[in-house]
Amino acid sequence: MKVYALFLVGVGAFFSIIGIVYWFTSYESGGLLMLIGSALLGFLPGSYYLWWSYHTKPLLGDDPDASIADGSGTIDSFPGSSIWPFILGMGAFFTGLTFVFGLWFAPIGGALILSAAVGGTAESRRGETAHAEPSRPPSASNP
Amino acid sequence: MTTTSDPPDQIASEKPRGPDRHAPDSHHAEEGPHHHEGPTGIVNWLTSTDHKVIGKSYIITSLIIFFIAGIMALVIRTQLANPTSSLVPFQTYNELFTMHGSLMLYLFAGPFAFGGLANYIVPLQVGAPDMAFPRLNALSYWLYLGGSIMMMSGFLVAGGAASYGWVAYAPLSNATNSPGAGADLWLISLGLTGFSAIFTAVNLVATIFYLRAPGMTMFRVPIFSWNMLVTSILILIAFPVLFGAVVLLFCDRHFGTHIFTVQGGGVPVLWQNLFWFFGHPEVYILALPYFGIVTDIFPVFSRKPSFGYKGMVFATMAIAGLSTGVWAHHMFTTGVVLLPFFAIMSLLIAIPTGIKFFNWIGTMWGGQLSFQTPMLFSIGFLFVFLGGGVTGVLLASPPVDFMTHDTYFVVAHFHQVLIGTTLFAGFAGVYFWYPKMFGRMLRESLGKLHFWGLFIGFWLTFMPQYLVGLHGMPRRVASYSPDNGWTTLNVVSSVGAFIIGASFLFFLVNLYVSWKDPVPAGDNPWDGGGLEWFSSSPPPHHNFTHLPPIRSERPTWDFNHPEHHKAETQEAEPPSDQGLVETER
Repeated sequence: MKVYALFLVGVGAFFSIIGIVYWFTSYESGGLLMLIGSALLGFLPGSYYLWWSYHTKPLLGDDPDASIADGSGTIDSFPGSSIWPFILGMGAFFTGLTFVFGLWFAPIGGALILSAAVGGTAESRRGETAHAEPSRPPSASNP
Repeated sequence: MTTTSDPPDQIASEKPRGPDRHAPDSHHAEEGPHHHEGPTGIVNWLTSTDHKVIGKSYIITSLIIFFIAGIMALVIRTQLANPTSSLVPFQTYNELFTMHGSLMLYLFAGPFAFGGLANYIVPLQVGAPDMAFPRLNALSYWLYLGGSIMMMSGFLVAGGAASYGWVAYAPLSNATNSPGAGADLWLISLGLTGFSAIFTAVNLVATIFYLRAPGMTMFRVPIFSWNMLVTSILILIAFPVLFGAVVLLFCDRHFGTHIFTVQGGGVPVLWQNLFWFFGHPEVYILALPYFGIVTDIFPVFSRKPSFGYKGMVFATMAIAGLSTGVWAHHMFTTGVVLLPFFAIMSLLIAIPTGIKFFNWIGTMWGGQLSFQTPMLFSIGFLFVFLGGGVTGVLLASPPVDFMTHDTYFVVAHFHQVLIGTTLFAGFAGVYFWYPKMFGRMLRESLGKLHFWGLFIGFWLTFMPQYLVGLHGMPRRVASYSPDNGWTTLNVVSSVGAFIIGASFLFFLVNLYVSWKDPVPAGDNPWDGGGLEWFSSSPPPHHNFTHLPPIRSERPTWDFNHPEHHKAETQEAEPPSDQGLVETER
C-alpha cells in the first residue's frame, strides 16, 4: 500500500513543483488552476493511502514472500450477469440526445436511468439471489 | 439469505496437472466445478460483467470503428491525389477529416487499448478474478458504444457531421460558424465516451491496487499493467478537463454564454488551453499502453527478462508527468504562451522515451531472437515511433514549429507517432494475445504479409507528407493549385495509403481462416512469462483454476523453467489450498 501511496503523493508533488514554476514564469491563471487540480488529484487519495498504510496490515499482494495459499478463503464477491449497466448506458444515451434534439427524449432517458438505479440497487437484495457478507460455504471447503 | 445461486467459483493454488508443467489444456476450463453456467449469445453480450467479454466487445467495436475511419482516410487521400478533384464536396471533406480524426483518436486508439486489451489482460496479469467493479466496467462499455453511435450518427442529420476538426477550436466550433445537430452530437458523445474512460480508469486503478494475487508486489506487476495504471492516472487528470471544456462550449452554443467568444468578453484561446490540457496527455494515453505491449513482447521473443524493469516503470511515470506540463506547445503560434517553459518541458520528454528505447534494445541485445508476427510488429513500432519522436523533438523547438505549424509536416509527425503506437504496437498485441483470447492461432504467413504491407505502405504514405509540408502545403485543404508542385508527392502518399488499406485485408482473411480452420493455440504458445499465460486459452470464468508461486515479474516462466530459477520458489507452495470467488446473481 505504501508504494501506491507514494506513487500518488509523487503525482501531487510533481504537479505542485510544475505549478509553482509555471506561475512564476507565466502568471497565467488558467493553466495554474488545472495544475492545482491535478496536484490535488494526487495528494488527496495519496495521503489517504499513506495514512492507512501505517494503520492496516499490508495486503498479500504487497508481501513479496506471500504464497498463494496465504490468500485462501473468499477473495471478494463479484456480480453475475446483469442487464442494468446496459439499461443505464442507454438511459445516458437518450438523456444525451435530449440536449441535441429536445426535451421529448428526456422521459425515455430518465425512465431508463431510474429503472437502472432501482434495478441495479435491488438485484443484490432480492429473493434467493440476495447478497450477504462474503463467507465460505461449507460445501466449498477443501476437498 | 443465501450468498450465491451458482456453486462458487474457485481459485486454487494447486500445481497444474498438464503433461508438460504448463497449465492444463483449454478444454479443462469448461469442465468440472469451474465451468460457469450463464447466458450465451446476444444475451451474454448485453448482460455480461465478465471483463473478458467486455474486453472483447471493446476490441471488436473499436476495430469496426477503425475500419470505418480508415475508409474515410482513403476517401481523403483519393481526393488529394488530384489537385482539383471533386470526388467529395468541400463541406463533406471537412466532415470527413473531422470524423476520421475523432473516430481514430476518441473511439479507436484509446478504447482499443485501455478499454479492450487492458480490460482483458490486466486482471489476468495481476492474478485477479475480474475487474474490481464489474458492473461499472459493463457500464463503461455501454457508454462507449452509445457515444460512438451518437458521434457517427452526425452523418445522418441535416447539416451533416461535425466539421470543425477533431480539436474543435473556438470560435470555429461556436453555433454561428458550426450550426447543426452534428456538431452537438459530437460534443455530447465526447461527454459519454469521456465518462466511459474515467470509469474504466477507476476500475483499472482499483484492480491493480487491490486485486493483485499474493506475492504480486507492485514491482512484479508486468510493464503492460504498470503502463495501464499510469495511463489511468493520466485519464483521471485529463478527461475531466475535456468534459468541463465541452460543457462550456455547449453553453456557448445554446445557452447564451460567451466564454469562448470575444463579443461577450470571452477568450477564444481559453478553449485551446483547456483542450490541450486534455489533448497532450491524451497523446500519451494513446502511447503508454502500446509501449506496455511491446515491453511485454520483446522479452518473450528474445527469451530474456525485460532489461531495466524499474527503469521502464520510472520512465513511464516521467513521460506521463511531463506530458501534462507541455499542453501549450500546440499553441506556440498563438503568441500568448510561454515559449521557453513549454519548449523545455517538451524536449525533456525525449529523455525518458530514450531510456525506453535503450531498454527495448537492451532486452533484445544478446537474446535468442525469433521473428514471429508479434515481434515483427514490435520491431516495426521501434522504427516508426522513433521517426515520430525525432520529428517531435524538432517541433518542440518554437522556431521550427513556427515554420511548420498547420502544414502537412505536423500531419505526418502526428500520424507517425500514432500509427507507430496504435497500429504497429497495437497489432503486435493483437497477434500476441489473440491465441489467449480465442484459443486458436492466427496464421504466421498472413500476419507477415499484413506487417510488410503496413510497414511499406506507412513510409510511402507519410514521408511524402513531411516533404509536401516543408514545401508549404497546409493541412485540411481539399484542393490545391497544380502549380504548387505538390501533386507527385500527394499521389505517392495516396498510393501508400491504399497499400496500408490493402494490408488490413490480410488481417481480415487471417481472422476468417482462423475461425473456419482453427489451429489450437494451447495455453502458452509463445512460452510467455506473465500470469495470463498460466491460465487456459481462453481463460475460464474468473480466470484461474490455480496459480503458480509469484516471485518475479514473470511467474509463469519461473514455473515452467525451474532450471533457470532459484529452486526454493518452486518448493514454496503447498498444493490444494484454495481461494473462493463468490458470484452474486
